[in-house]
Amino acid sequence: MRNLTGLLFAGGLGFMLLSIASGLDFGAPPMLVGEAIQSVAPQETGATNIVTSVVLGYRGIDTLGELSILFAAAAAAGLVLGRRHTTAGTLTEGGFVLRYGGAMLFPLLMTIGFYIIFHGHLTPGGGFQGGVILAAAFFLPLLARPGARLHHGMLSMIEGFAGSSFILIGLVALAEGEAFLQPMLIQDTLGQLVSAGTLPLLYLAVGLKVGAELAGLLSHLAQTESEA
Amino acid sequence: MTEIELWIAALLSLTVLSAAVLVLLVKNHIAAVAAASVVSLGLALLFVLMRAPDVAMTEAAIGAGLSSLILALALRRLGLWQIDGVKSRQNLIKAINGVERDA
Repeated sequence: MRNLTGLLFAGGLGFMLLSIASGLDFGAPPMLVGEAIQSVAPQETGATNIVTSVVLGYRGIDTLGELSILFAAAAAAGLVLGRRHTTAGTLTEGGFVLRYGGAMLFPLLMTIGFYIIFHGHLTPGGGFQGGVILAAAFFLPLLARPGARLHHGMLSMIEGFAGSSFILIGLVALAEGEAFLQPMLIQDTLGQLVSAGTLPLLYLAVGLKVGAELAGLLSHLAQTESEA
Repeated sequence: MTEIELWIAALLSLTVLSAAVLVLLVKNHIAAVAAASVVSLGLALLFVLMRAPDVAMTEAAIGAGLSSLILALALRRLGLWQIDGVKSRQNLIKAINGVERDA
């Protein structure tokens, strides 16, 4: 009976997706907003990466919502995971390759993470992607040395600072008489590292927040060991 | 899209689909996590082919890297981090029973 309902559900879902897909013509999406944004975004926001101008410029409040969802998810995961296991500090260390490989990769990962964050308005990437790489950079040494611990107070400080500065930048725009989170300080140096007004600052805040949050979550996950 | 790109896309789709089926079929939990990571990696490459590098980077960082890491850590947390398939199955039953007992 359960198999039958599962089959029925899968068949229905497949039929629905196929019937929707048959009505679409690929390569020519009927998007009006997208085309409008594509034609004016580089001039209006000063960012060569149109995705960034949408994420932080035209849809800044959505990004704020995304950040709060991420925060809620990380907080809930930390709540569910609960207490630290007593054996967390006594696990065997990784081998030579893992320990020194982790230590050597750390600066490289930091560099590429910050590169992706700082060039978010010029090339593909940005705060979210770079932030995840930063979190990986901090987590890799923890894999090699299970006894080591991240400074959780520091991580929460960075996270809170980054999150509040994201909102503060939005409020500054509000105080200047613009809309909340509207990009400001636009200079006409398209393609320069220092351009696009407040967008790189917003992405730096996003990157630091995501990185600190995920690093904290991962180290928390790694330290609450199995009870079996 | 040129013809060679179309072939690469077809190959990638086949890889992604077979890895996705493998996630369901494979007995070993670690292998299932690895296969789920392969799905995300293939998807990221497909996004690159479709000229969406932003989405590809997100998929590679979050789908292939972070989520499989979290799944692997969750396996360890539940005591399912075993190379042997039969033993991990017993542990799964034990973990489920434990969750039910706690609830």
